[in-house]
Amino acid sequence: MKEDPGLYDYWPYENRPEITWPNGARVAFWVAPNIEFYELDPAVNPHRKAWPKPVPDVSGYATRDYGNRVGHMRLMRLLDKYGVRGSISLSTALCEHHPEIIAMCKERDWEFFSHGIYNTRYTYGMDEAQEKAMIEDAVETILKHTGQKCAGYLAPALTHTEVTMDLFAEAGGIYTCDLFHDDQPTPVQVRSGSKFVSVPYSLEMNDTIVYVVNRIEPRRYGDMIKANFDRLYAEGADNGVVMCIPLHGYQVSHPHRLRAFEEALEYITGHPDVWVTTGREIAEYYIDHHYDAAVADIAAKGRQS
Amino acid sequence: MTLEKSYFEYPHRSYGMDHDYYDWSMLVDRKPVEWPGGKQLALWVNVALQFFPLNQRGKPFPPPGGMSTAYPDLRHFTLREYGNRVGVFRVLSALDQFKVKGSFAISSRLAERYPYLVRRIVDRGDEILCHGWNMDTPHYGGQDKQEEAEIIARSLKVLRDVTGQRVTGWISPGKSQSLHTPELLVSNGINYMCDWVNDDMPFQFRTPAGDITAMPLSTELEDRFIILNNLHSETEYADQIIDAFDYLYAEAAEQGGRLLALNVHPWMLGQPHRIGKLELVLQHVMSHQGVWSAAAGDIRAAWLDAQ
Repeated sequence: MKEDPGLYDYWPYENRPEITWPNGARVAFWVAPNIEFYELDPAVNPHRKAWPKPVPDVSGYATRDYGNRVGHMRLMRLLDKYGVRGSISLSTALCEHHPEIIAMCKERDWEFFSHGIYNTRYTYGMDEAQEKAMIEDAVETILKHTGQKCAGYLAPALTHTEVTMDLFAEAGGIYTCDLFHDDQPTPVQVRSGSKFVSVPYSLEMNDTIVYVVNRIEPRRYGDMIKANFDRLYAEGADNGVVMCIPLHGYQVSHPHRLRAFEEALEYITGHPDVWVTTGREIAEYYIDHHYDAAVADIAAKGRQS
Repeated sequence: MTLEKSYFEYPHRSYGMDHDYYDWSMLVDRKPVEWPGGKQLALWVNVALQFFPLNQRGKPFPPPGGMSTAYPDLRHFTLREYGNRVGVFRVLSALDQFKVKGSFAISSRLAERYPYLVRRIVDRGDEILCHGWNMDTPHYGGQDKQEEAEIIARSLKVLRDVTGQRVTGWISPGKSQSLHTPELLVSNGINYMCDWVNDDMPFQFRTPAGDITAMPLSTELEDRFIILNNLHSETEYADQIIDAFDYLYAEAAEQGGRLLALNVHPWMLGQPHRIGKLELVLQHVMSHQGVWSAAAGDIRAAWLDAQ
């Protein structure tokens, strides 16, 4: 095990080269609905249990299934209303299980990126060949069912190995959502040397973390989102930033939560100079316009020792 | 490190669910439901009357709201008893004040212990569901099928004898089931169960003994979950239920009948500082013309008729 993942160098937020976004936007804003499939009785991973209770864990399974039966469609209507295209963190087996959901996302020109095969299959314990095959399976599944070349990665259930980023970059990926170290995109070092970046995907704004881990009230979540946006919007006047809201159809789409969330979404999209976009578009724009300057600045400010 | 080859085999990776219990279906694709009288939202208030034994075994897991100190946990035992002695009567008054029809899920052991309370509910003409033997008798994966069959049969026999009702609804303690629970329930004359919270409307569930209706009794909107699990305030409880109602009521106007399922624990909302919030919620909901307040079994029957 290593002291540091070795994926990026320390790079202070102050005095960085300026990031500009299309049309002079201050904030690149993206929404990432997680569209997931949890298995009732998954194969056992010796490093992590899938469910706290013996199979069938009815509460855990049913809670997730609610997203697919009820939640995603509510969220689609809401995002449509405010002109937001989702960037889907996808359990790729859902293409086979629930193609109707995939079709609805395709109609909306949403982006699909990989969140593994199932959210009950963890990367822990995989050797490199196994993880490579799993990543390639997910990328191929997305291509086959959506026609999209997968650009982004959020590891299934946020389970990683030391080579996850390397393998995904080698499978053709250009960005990761797994790093929470910054409010701007940053270069990520992968062994192939390809241009690979972190696109901020805020765990602090993630509905599951907010509602379940931190047990935050729905209306307070709306307030937190607005406060998060207000500060980033102010700072983005000097140097462009990214704001992401990761969501789950089985969390935010409950009837006691959606209205408070809608108020926050209405607030953000009601501002000028907000680039409402997707993860891939942010990554591509950054690589094309800002990646080289960032690498040079990081080098000039000295690598950490 | 290396994982077994089987970890990369996905035997259920194909259309639909990864089990045979029910069909894959999106709520938006289903035939719209109209409730009796042309109402748009069915209000289902389930009052949970639970018995938590002092000598809790907690095997293989303790119930939500169960004993948590070393034996004897007088603190939690009596806090739960409070609901059946005091809180429930405040809840009954609140239901009556706003003309809300409650359904009552009762631990069979509680019915045996407190016949007065059961008689009170029966005399009101309210529906009684079986809530298992007691809160420390869970149904769970890996449980011996014969043992579980005996618990279900005993729980229903006792409750049917004490109440004189047919008892056709079921809520497992902690909403936990084994792979056999639905089948055993059907074999014992149960026609709906409330443990699966994966929908906002009822749906049909298959078992080797025949079909059973899943009536989703929302955990997210449960008083215990919001106040005890999430540690939200009483005010926030009311805000969340009212927000949920407003959302579902509006959705129902566009997409067809919806169900607002509120699970209420007298040991939680029956406290003097909380009961007012239940009253506030019921007042808000019942002030809308399109609301149908009904017993769980009647909601199920109306839903089946609309299929």
